Amino acid sequence: MTDASLYAASPERSAEPEFRDYIALLKPRVMSLVVFTALVGLLVAPNPVHPMIAFTAILFIALGGGASGALNMWYDADIDAVMKRTRKRPIPAGRIARGEALALGLALSGIAVVMLGLAANLVAAGLLAFTIFFYVVIYTMWLKRWTPQNIVIGGAAGAFPPMIGWAVATGGVSLESVLMFGLIFVWTPPHFWSLALFMKSDYGDAGVPMLPVTHGRDATRRHILAYTLLLVPVSLALLATPIAGPAYLIAALVLNTRFVIGAVRIWRRDDAACTADDHRVEKRFFRLSLWYLFLHFGALLMDAALAQTGWGMF
Amino acid sequence: MSGFDRTTHELHHRRWGRNLGLGVVLIAFVAIVFGLTIAKVTTGADLQAYDHVARPALIEAE
Repeated sequence: MTDASLYAASPERSAEPEFRDYIALLKPRVMSLVVFTALVGLLVAPNPVHPMIAFTAILFIALGGGASGALNMWYDADIDAVMKRTRKRPIPAGRIARGEALALGLALSGIAVVMLGLAANLVAAGLLAFTIFFYVVIYTMWLKRWTPQNIVIGGAAGAFPPMIGWAVATGGVSLESVLMFGLIFVWTPPHFWSLALFMKSDYGDAGVPMLPVTHGRDATRRHILAYTLLLVPVSLALLATPIAGPAYLIAALVLNTRFVIGAVRIWRRDDAACTADDHRVEKRFFRLSLWYLFLHFGALLMDAALAQTGWGMF
Repeated sequence: MSGFDRTTHELHHRRWGRNLGLGVVLIAFVAIVFGLTIAKVTTGADLQAYDHVARPALIEAE
């Protein structure tokens, strides 16, 4: 007998987890988007923040995002086990028990909110707490399995980080942070629906009411175009605020033009064309959507840097 | 404790990795709290008096 055998695998867990399994539970790839947008929100704000406070704030915003990822995996373990894309996640793969994910998610949520409150201010901490609540309860538990509009409303959870970053620096909410929120919020539907167009069977198998499953692929293409057109004024509206400068102007003009062209191409296609080229246009649009968001926020960062040197003003 | 086989099991390696990871996280957390405290103190953030009650006697005259 060895002491190893004292720990028989639990009914939900077939293997001893490694440290990286717990890291995987925090969805590090999603966390990177949270870190980047929150950092931009913090750095473009007019109030300078001490580097250590900024680092701590971003770290705990990321941890809050990771905690909500763990809670999402706890609740969605049944869906994750069915979908090809998520089947290897720690819970469906049998490396971590659901209860462990729940405990880790709740503990890290508490730590992240309290530490952000101590490091920055109560507004930022309150926004982070609301973001976690929104993602876990409103999106994961309620909307995701109930309505094909799940990602439209649920997208708000991913849109909060720049607003939290801004609140860390300013202690409040303002037009700039609302518009940064709006940019991610309106960007989310075309981003995810283009993914759903070429991952259709996966969502269908899991019983998740994604738009292509419930309303058909033509309706999805129309929705992608509509939200892309709606995204243009939201993106350009940031130009009316002091945080956007020449870099943002160039980025917004180029990216919106390309995004609208991509959405129109998707709208004009039918299933036969998609099958013929293995969703080449949809996949390209999805990749472009990632660049769209990254470069918009990158441009805001560049304008903040230009403003420091006195080159940012029109 | 003669009934136990003390040979290293693959499970021990996994557990060692986990314990090491947790140890690093805890040390990092302590370092962050320390660094944050230093940053707050040196930037003159709102500080309360030693018993959390503002004492006029502790406030330097203008």
